[in-house]
Amino acid sequence: MSTTQTETAPILPAGLTDDAISERISGFVVKRKVGRGWIAGFTISFALLMMFNYAIAVLFTYGVGIWGLQIPVAWGFAIVNFVWWVGIGHAGTFISAVLYLCHQEWRTSINRFTESMTLFAVACAGIFPILHLGRPWLFYYLFPYPNTMALWPQFRSPLIWDMFAVTTYAIVSVVFYFVGLLPDLATLRDRSPHRWQQVIYGLLALGWRGSGRQWSRYKMAYLIMAGLATPLVVSVHSIVSLDFAVGIVPGWHTTIMPFYFVAAALQSGFAMGLILIIPVRHFYNLKDIITGRHLANMAKLMLATSLVVGHGYFTDTFMTWYSADPYDKFTAADKFTGSYAVAGWLFMLLDVGVVQLVWIRAVRESTVALFFIAILANVGLWLDHYILVVQSLHIDFLPSEWRVYHGTIWDWMTLIGSFGLFLTLFFVFIRIFPMVAMSEMRGLVHKKPGELKEQGA
Amino acid sequence: MSESAIYGLLAEFPGPDELVRAAEELSREGYRRVESYTPFAVEGIPRAFRFKPLSVAIVFLVSALLGAGGGYFMQYYASVISYPENIGGRPLHSWPSFVPITFEMGVLAGVLGGVLGMLLLNRLPRYSHPVSNVPRFRAASSDAFFLCVESSDPRFEAERTAGLLRRVGATEVNEVPR
Repeated sequence: MSTTQTETAPILPAGLTDDAISERISGFVVKRKVGRGWIAGFTISFALLMMFNYAIAVLFTYGVGIWGLQIPVAWGFAIVNFVWWVGIGHAGTFISAVLYLCHQEWRTSINRFTESMTLFAVACAGIFPILHLGRPWLFYYLFPYPNTMALWPQFRSPLIWDMFAVTTYAIVSVVFYFVGLLPDLATLRDRSPHRWQQVIYGLLALGWRGSGRQWSRYKMAYLIMAGLATPLVVSVHSIVSLDFAVGIVPGWHTTIMPFYFVAAALQSGFAMGLILIIPVRHFYNLKDIITGRHLANMAKLMLATSLVVGHGYFTDTFMTWYSADPYDKFTAADKFTGSYAVAGWLFMLLDVGVVQLVWIRAVRESTVALFFIAILANVGLWLDHYILVVQSLHIDFLPSEWRVYHGTIWDWMTLIGSFGLFLTLFFVFIRIFPMVAMSEMRGLVHKKPGELKEQGA
Repeated sequence: MSESAIYGLLAEFPGPDELVRAAEELSREGYRRVESYTPFAVEGIPRAFRFKPLSVAIVFLVSALLGAGGGYFMQYYASVISYPENIGGRPLHSWPSFVPITFEMGVLAGVLGGVLGMLLLNRLPRYSHPVSNVPRFRAASSDAFFLCVESSDPRFEAERTAGLLRRVGATEVNEVPR
């Protein structure tokens, strides 16, 4: 197959030197003045964050009754948002860990972005189950700590597995991020023009000197961490899916859940990566470092995962029919004909249908098109989780119980407000840490042209 | 050899390839207390120093196994010994449902222990180091490639070593004060 210029473009601009990379990337942090665009973006994000805080304050005052929750739909927006945000994080780990193990050198330009995305998405995700608890001040009951009640958490419950998985994932993501950042913090320490910057980055860099033995141990640690993070990322969303699959609710109780949850997670993460990277590379003029080829590779990964998700839908529907379980069949039919029919059709159209446009080369090369396809795909995946959680629950086994659920204004405020948290953290990240992994980029610059393999995605 | 007034000699090289060649040359000459300082992990340096970071891998393995074992034991202890609960006669030691937490605890402990081990083996955190007394050393985190021959090396003799460093391609050789 012939490819066009974008797709064979080198993953590094020609004539890039160690000093040029260090100067440019660290310059964004230690030299560049705070721009108007940054202030505007940060202000909007921060306003959303304040709205989030307000919604949470009201929630803590009055309780989960302000949400649209009822019986049988006792899991609403909070769980949908949790599943969706955790999923977004996964692509970041996938890019840092799996593509690292596969020697996909193109990941170097974007792995810092996507790792940051992981951290902030997990921060958003972690809040929702706690908000959902009803008595959020007792969240520590989930931990196995010695207590005067002589009680243990129920270790056979997927909800406890979930707590362990997400906590582990959050901690491992932070550690992985910090380790990746360590040599870059040393660069910032050495290039900062101001004393206070040197002190802060110097403390964070822990005295890193980049000696041969340090690098050698560092690389070994990084490799093993990538090896541990790879099964971790699969396990986390599999365990999240078991929250559903272990329940006997029609539409939940199926073994395809872990597989399809992981695929949906990766797809939403690749989409979110595109949503973040496309504007940043435009406003910070990083088009030579994050090229059209990087975006096309991300888009192809989004496409591939969307096909896996589509396969999940197909298998799930087929198995429902094949099982001849009347409850399952009823729930599956209601998805497309019942109270949630619009969302039921829309999510498949958005997260599997629209994404197929990426097959067209002109679409892959248009950043605007990719940006909007990524947004639509993420809306589709949110609706997918919404249908899964809400539509399955609202027609319970007892018809007298059936009730239609809709989010209230507080549900929407917490959802939209969580974007405030995510984006505020992202804007802060752009200012305080290098956006691209400088030490890894320097390593790439010195590879001989033949050593950089030709890589599609 | 007696305590020297200087920490060692810091030689700068124009690029990673020259650095690796010089490091190999020093190794052949019998120098053992040599260290490189580079802005990224230069391939070939560990081989030139005959260094394998196996200890890091072992720390990862041991802490991951301890974490997984501890995680499993915690669940076993809670479910069988401390708070046995008869749920329809199902076995108390229901090991399949203990697998997820065992795995997560293994990964968590492995990563935390391994990274801590990596940092400690690298003698980090460290407030200051003699090589940073050379003003030019700041560039080591951006675009400069250094070799430092430490004065504690048995073969170290300031003038002879400096000459050797120049001969193997150093563009500049500086004394590192303590």
